Amino acid sequence: MPTMNMVQAINDALRGEMRRDSRVVVLGEDVGKVGGVFRVTQGLYDEFGDERVIDTPLSEGGIIGCAIGMALYGLVPVPEIQFSDFIFPAYDQIVSELAKYRYRSGGEYSAKLVIRTPVGGGIRGGHYHSQSPESLFIHVAGLKVVCPATPADAKGLLLASIRDPDPVLFFEPKRIYRAAKGEVPEGDYVVEIGRARIAREGKDVTVIAWGAMLYEAIAAADQAKEKGIECEVIDLRTLWPVDIETIVASVKKTGRVIVVHEAPKTCGFGAELVALINEKAFVHLEAPPVRVTGWDTPFPYTLEMEYLPLAHRILPAIVTTAQYQ
Amino acid sequence: MQGAAPAPHAAPTAPLEDDVVRVLRDDGSLDPEHDPKLDPDAVVAIYGAMVRVRLLDERLVGLQRQGRIGFHIGSQGEEAAILGSAAALREHDWIFPCYREFGAALWRGMPLAAYVNHMFGNEQDPMKGRQMPDHYGAKGARFTSISSPVGTQITHAAGFAWAAKIDRATARREGRALVGAEDVATLVYFGEGATSSGEFHNGMNFAGVFKVPLVLLCRNNGWAQGHAAEKQSASVSFAAKGVAYGIPGVRCDGNDLFAVLAVTREARARAARGDGPTLIEALTARMPPAREGAKDASEAWKKRDPILRVRRHLELRGVWSEAKQREYEAATLAEIDAAIELAERVAPPALGTMFDDVFATPTGSLDEQRAELLGSPRATGLAKP
Repeated sequence: MPTMNMVQAINDALRGEMRRDSRVVVLGEDVGKVGGVFRVTQGLYDEFGDERVIDTPLSEGGIIGCAIGMALYGLVPVPEIQFSDFIFPAYDQIVSELAKYRYRSGGEYSAKLVIRTPVGGGIRGGHYHSQSPESLFIHVAGLKVVCPATPADAKGLLLASIRDPDPVLFFEPKRIYRAAKGEVPEGDYVVEIGRARIAREGKDVTVIAWGAMLYEAIAAADQAKEKGIECEVIDLRTLWPVDIETIVASVKKTGRVIVVHEAPKTCGFGAELVALINEKAFVHLEAPPVRVTGWDTPFPYTLEMEYLPLAHRILPAIVTTAQYQ
Repeated sequence: MQGAAPAPHAAPTAPLEDDVVRVLRDDGSLDPEHDPKLDPDAVVAIYGAMVRVRLLDERLVGLQRQGRIGFHIGSQGEEAAILGSAAALREHDWIFPCYREFGAALWRGMPLAAYVNHMFGNEQDPMKGRQMPDHYGAKGARFTSISSPVGTQITHAAGFAWAAKIDRATARREGRALVGAEDVATLVYFGEGATSSGEFHNGMNFAGVFKVPLVLLCRNNGWAQGHAAEKQSASVSFAAKGVAYGIPGVRCDGNDLFAVLAVTREARARAARGDGPTLIEALTARMPPAREGAKDASEAWKKRDPILRVRRHLELRGVWSEAKQREYEAATLAEIDAAIELAERVAPPALGTMFDDVFATPTGSLDEQRAELLGSPRATGLAKP
């Protein structure tokens, strides 16, 4: 099995699927000749030509609106939004059109596309190259939301997303685009949407994370182990539909749970997860669920490492939660 | 009709009134320059569809005033712009509507019963009662689904037309069958108010850059709800907006069935030939409501009414008469009233269907919530609605 980073794994998935299914087209700003600002689509233009790997005008609303029309025609568009911070000009198209097309037409039509977009901070990007807007899409009925943390999952979940009948927001954690390396199965490899992964087993505290923060959770769990606390780390992978069964099973075992995410705390996805845990596993809880998240501020530039919920902030939460009586 | 966009330095500030294509004269005769040369049966068929839409509109306005339907957005006065353009398309072409074009959907084969069931949002509504009235769709008629945000369909139509072009090129290169139909053109409807939206810009820009087979039909009725056209744009015309996008613009008398049909047919042919998109501005008007019917206004309207104008033409050709009109109206009203009577008696959609079609297959939370609703007091008959 070859070792790849996240960029290579996503590129491998796109290339394989474009070879397999000639309805698949990639479009976005500089995805063609340049191969994308992060080089995720590098080489696709040369192999598939400018009809299937399309450099578009600089308009997110135009990219997503046109991709919806392409999907209605019967193509399988995989548009890229260069940074998820720039997705908002397309928000009306995503919320009012893409998410509702199947429902509003009584199932006559569906507009299926996969929106790939880099997410998250820690790359010295300031407000507009660092945010994590996942909960703004999870809240919209009709969208699936995916955020892989490993190269193998990036490939497997992207292939599953492209073949899924529903629209998918595919968030790629840009901070670990090249830092996360791992073995990636060759050829066709699908990871089912809606299934979380137990990244590490443990019996004392459940830590739920996704994207780049998974590695912070694992680092904190390593340090907690030295203090005799065994964490069970869940890599959520698919944010919606959420794998609540895996979460509840873990919480029933540990009775203690921490949710980690980069997005601001208030109305972040952690709030929904804690509410679900309270609804479904309240009597098993032995400590209040805790959220370790970004602050309720715009994403800062110079102090970004103080904004992110890094391991040094997760560890004290683990210790406090483990000791709660 | 203009064959190409004016040179960028030439046109934008010059008035374009002289460019308005007109075919149907006041006496019912046709100007041969742009006459689409329809045979009498074809004109009678389109005329019949226009009258049917007018009668349906009148009934629906009544139903709304009586509170029997929740909403109706009529097309009175714009029947020529809608039916003329729809009749210029081929069967395999596609329409992206805004929401005054149910006449085009019916023309292309949406059953009257389906439309009326939708207006009541009942169990047989193809939209399953999920959208307010006049937000229909009709896949069988190649007529897409309507939403309320203004202009979003313009970008979809550009993408759809673009996909047809991509499909043709890649199918040829890769030796596979087309995903869609051969030689398909796409038509998108919008009002002049939509030209203020960002989506008009997006759709026009992408359509122009990628030279997609698209006909953009702007119905300029002078009003966007209560907002006058001159307060939408300082541009000399809406057709002139095409200049900046490299898209030829053409104006026609939108209350002239033959002008709309001729101009749309030509734009459709341009699209199918691979010559790219065309922006059509159909100058039309909403029919003044009867209650404002001061005699002068109604006399002036009679000269403009797109239906009366076609009728004069048919009578001049000797293929229509007062007797035929009475017979047709009676039969059509009977058909409409029967559809309304049936639709009003159909039950609302079953409660559980609320959770269908959010996703292709319901996810866990939807199954849970469906069970919660079906187990609730109102669903189990333990509480009165």
